[in-house]
Amino acid sequence: MDKRQKEIDNLKDYKYGFSTDIENIKAPKGLNEEVIKFISKIKKEPEWMLNFRLKAFERFKLLKEPDWQKPKYPKIDYQDLYYYSAPKSMKDKPKSLDELDPKLLETYKKLGIPLQEQARLNGIAVDAVFDSVSVATTFREELTKHGIIFCPISEAIQKHPELVKKYLGSVIPTTDHFFATLNSAVFTDGSFAYIPEGVRCPMELSTYFRINASNTGQFERTLIIADKGSYVSYLEGCTAPMRDENQLHAANVELIALDDAEIKYSTVQNWYPGDKDGKGGIYNFVTKRGLCKGKNSKISWTQVETGSAITWKYPSCILKGDNSVGEFYSIAITNNHQKADTGTKMIHLGKNTKSKIISKGISAGFSDMTYRGLVDISSKANNSTNYTQCDSLLMGNKCGAHTVPYIRNKNSESNIAHEATTSKISEEQLHYCQQRGLNPEEAVGLIVNGFCKEVLQQLPMEFAVEAQKLVGISLEGSVG
Amino acid sequence: MKEQLQKDFKNIIKNLNLSQKDIEIKKFSLDNFIEKGFPNRKEEDWRFSDLNQIIKKNIGELSFYCDYASTNKVDTSVFVDGLEHNKIVFINGRIEKIDFDYEKKNQIEIIDQSETINRFSNNNSLSDLNNAFTNKCFKILVKKGYQLSKPLIIYHTFNSKIWSKNINLRLDFELNQDSSLRVIDLFNEASEKNFLNIFYNFDLKENAILKNYKVDKLQNKNVKYSFNNIDQDKNSISETFILSSGSNFSKNEINCNLRGVHASAFVNGVFSLNNDKHHEIRTIINHLTENTKSYQLIKSVLEQSSKAVYQGKIFVDPQAQKTDGYQLSKAILLNEESEFNAKPELEIYADDVKCSHGSASGSLNDNSIFYLMSRGLSYQQSRELLINGFLLDVVEKITDPEVKNLIKNMIGIKE
Repeated sequence: MDKRQKEIDNLKDYKYGFSTDIENIKAPKGLNEEVIKFISKIKKEPEWMLNFRLKAFERFKLLKEPDWQKPKYPKIDYQDLYYYSAPKSMKDKPKSLDELDPKLLETYKKLGIPLQEQARLNGIAVDAVFDSVSVATTFREELTKHGIIFCPISEAIQKHPELVKKYLGSVIPTTDHFFATLNSAVFTDGSFAYIPEGVRCPMELSTYFRINASNTGQFERTLIIADKGSYVSYLEGCTAPMRDENQLHAANVELIALDDAEIKYSTVQNWYPGDKDGKGGIYNFVTKRGLCKGKNSKISWTQVETGSAITWKYPSCILKGDNSVGEFYSIAITNNHQKADTGTKMIHLGKNTKSKIISKGISAGFSDMTYRGLVDISSKANNSTNYTQCDSLLMGNKCGAHTVPYIRNKNSESNIAHEATTSKISEEQLHYCQQRGLNPEEAVGLIVNGFCKEVLQQLPMEFAVEAQKLVGISLEGSVG
Repeated sequence: MKEQLQKDFKNIIKNLNLSQKDIEIKKFSLDNFIEKGFPNRKEEDWRFSDLNQIIKKNIGELSFYCDYASTNKVDTSVFVDGLEHNKIVFINGRIEKIDFDYEKKNQIEIIDQSETINRFSNNNSLSDLNNAFTNKCFKILVKKGYQLSKPLIIYHTFNSKIWSKNINLRLDFELNQDSSLRVIDLFNEASEKNFLNIFYNFDLKENAILKNYKVDKLQNKNVKYSFNNIDQDKNSISETFILSSGSNFSKNEINCNLRGVHASAFVNGVFSLNNDKHHEIRTIINHLTENTKSYQLIKSVLEQSSKAVYQGKIFVDPQAQKTDGYQLSKAILLNEESEFNAKPELEIYADDVKCSHGSASGSLNDNSIFYLMSRGLSYQQSRELLINGFLLDVVEKITDPEVKNLIKNMIGIKE
């Protein structure tokens, strides 16, 4: 108990809220063709990449910012942002970790992600992204042995242009919605992974995103390709310093699974959520989409969303290949003045496709939480099934929990089942726990963990422990 | 369309003796409608049913002028046999008859209220259209403590004189304390290809009970929109049953405001569609105070290339603790071309509530068919038995035995 209490005390305030004092190179403020050319140039990109960006930017100029979502936010001035910021020491890419700026190493150590490989015993390959650049990728040699490519996307553009050219923008086209198109125009860095045919990736791949510089938007882009019969499990974590202003994070993530391949994508999102009065925090407007391109392929999204002032994302699966499977497991927790509008889209195109959605939402304080999802079974997707369950838990009477599912069934051989409930923690459950000696906070922690269990058990081991703690901490102070 | 609207509007104004104020109100509504036009799929509420397109496809050019001056002959053959009832008869959108023969005359008041404009909270242009073109708006007031002994049947009938017309109706009901009323809407349409735009407003005071049954069973080629606004005070009960089957297109909207404690609302619906019919039910239940209850059950059976849409929303205000809200929609798709869309929505701002919804759609269960066939039924019989059982579940929810039998006979469900 004492240990746990200490842990909680340690974590009660957002412990990742520090910022690293480091010299930065920034692109000039504002959004225009010059800035895009600047980003492209500093990344030493080939011409086709620059054209890709400019094409997206042309499109972006025609688009209007969407406003149909529940969480409203003050208008973002896109000309008042820096679109590129990188530590100066990263200008000439260090060849090994030994050459990396000690300040950066220190930052990641503080975040609990020591980059020196000798310190890593748990065997997860990490790509660390700091503002607009990837600073280090670990375990590369080991991965190369299996033919796996795991590197920053800027490097992949130079070294594996054939793969990037073929797949980049194939799931999220440059003509997609406002934020996705913005990302296509100005994305800076992110991870790239390619798992060759028949390879089962021997370790978890992971990216750690860190926003450090102020007044900067982070636009990362991740592309994962699982070739025939391969398997990969990918983790994503994120944090940001505490600042009074709101920062924009608009990432694009594309997954492609070919025949018999499986991709498991787990996120623990813990961006700075703003202070108790809702000041500051990250706007997390992310586009994540997976394409089950081949037969028997599978994509599984798992997310634990505890951070960000506003979360607005719908990790989706396009089930194109016959017999493909899409899964979505989500826990979203909002406290204080946080707002979340999240869910998924399952688009069934192939025959015998299956999808499963389990969403657990918990809102406390003054927060607002929305599950918004789409299940669409097309007329050709014979014998497909979907099962959806979304449960919401409310703590206190100042918060809101909403469910907005869209269900479209155009195929008579397919079945869709949807269930949703909203309730609060029952007095009986609380009474039962307290009677057996738990204090109210512990009792709530226990009940909430039970509520989330179905999703937590989908996470890889190391993440699950972390996530469980995070769930407890995010709700700290919301009882009583 | 704009010129047509203005021309028809002028003709209507000319034929009716309206006060200056009334004309101004109508003009204002007309201008609003001209600005907005028919709702289309860009509006969230209409994303599954684009009315603008539907009218174009099913009707083509609409005309808005109705001859309200001359009377039509009431055809008594359409009246329901074997059930004593009060009547309101609309013919071509004109009220031809209001009779409450079975009731105490001094307990019911019929008020002509053409000068008061109705503000419906549905934010769409159809209420403007309705305000601009309705002929007369009557308010039916049931006095305190009076319970009507017989149901009221509203006949929506047409003679063959009209086609491609827009018809607007409006009725207001006020049910005072401890009163009760049963209303049955019957659509008997001999005409073709008209667009009906119907607005009802119900005001339920303490302990009042309203039962509204909307029966659209006979095959017809009309496009229909109907909007019910129900305001409920303490302990009042509203029950709405919708049989959605006959028209080419139909959209029923129920907007229910539970303003008093222990008020409850029940909405039950059946879609039984064939050919390329396209029907929708949209409900909004606003729980605005403590201890209110709502229950919704919608079942659909879809044949050929028909399409059903259910959009249901439960809204719970921060004040509305101890709300109990339930919503279930189920659909059987019998043909590979049929389509079912649902958007069951919860918007909840209070913590001590019990709200849930469920939605399921799929084909007939093969195992059940096998079970019945192995006991000697033919495939056709087994199928009918299963579908009847599926729909009967909703019909059984009707609390009024007389009306329940009437509706069972109409659908052809045998027990």
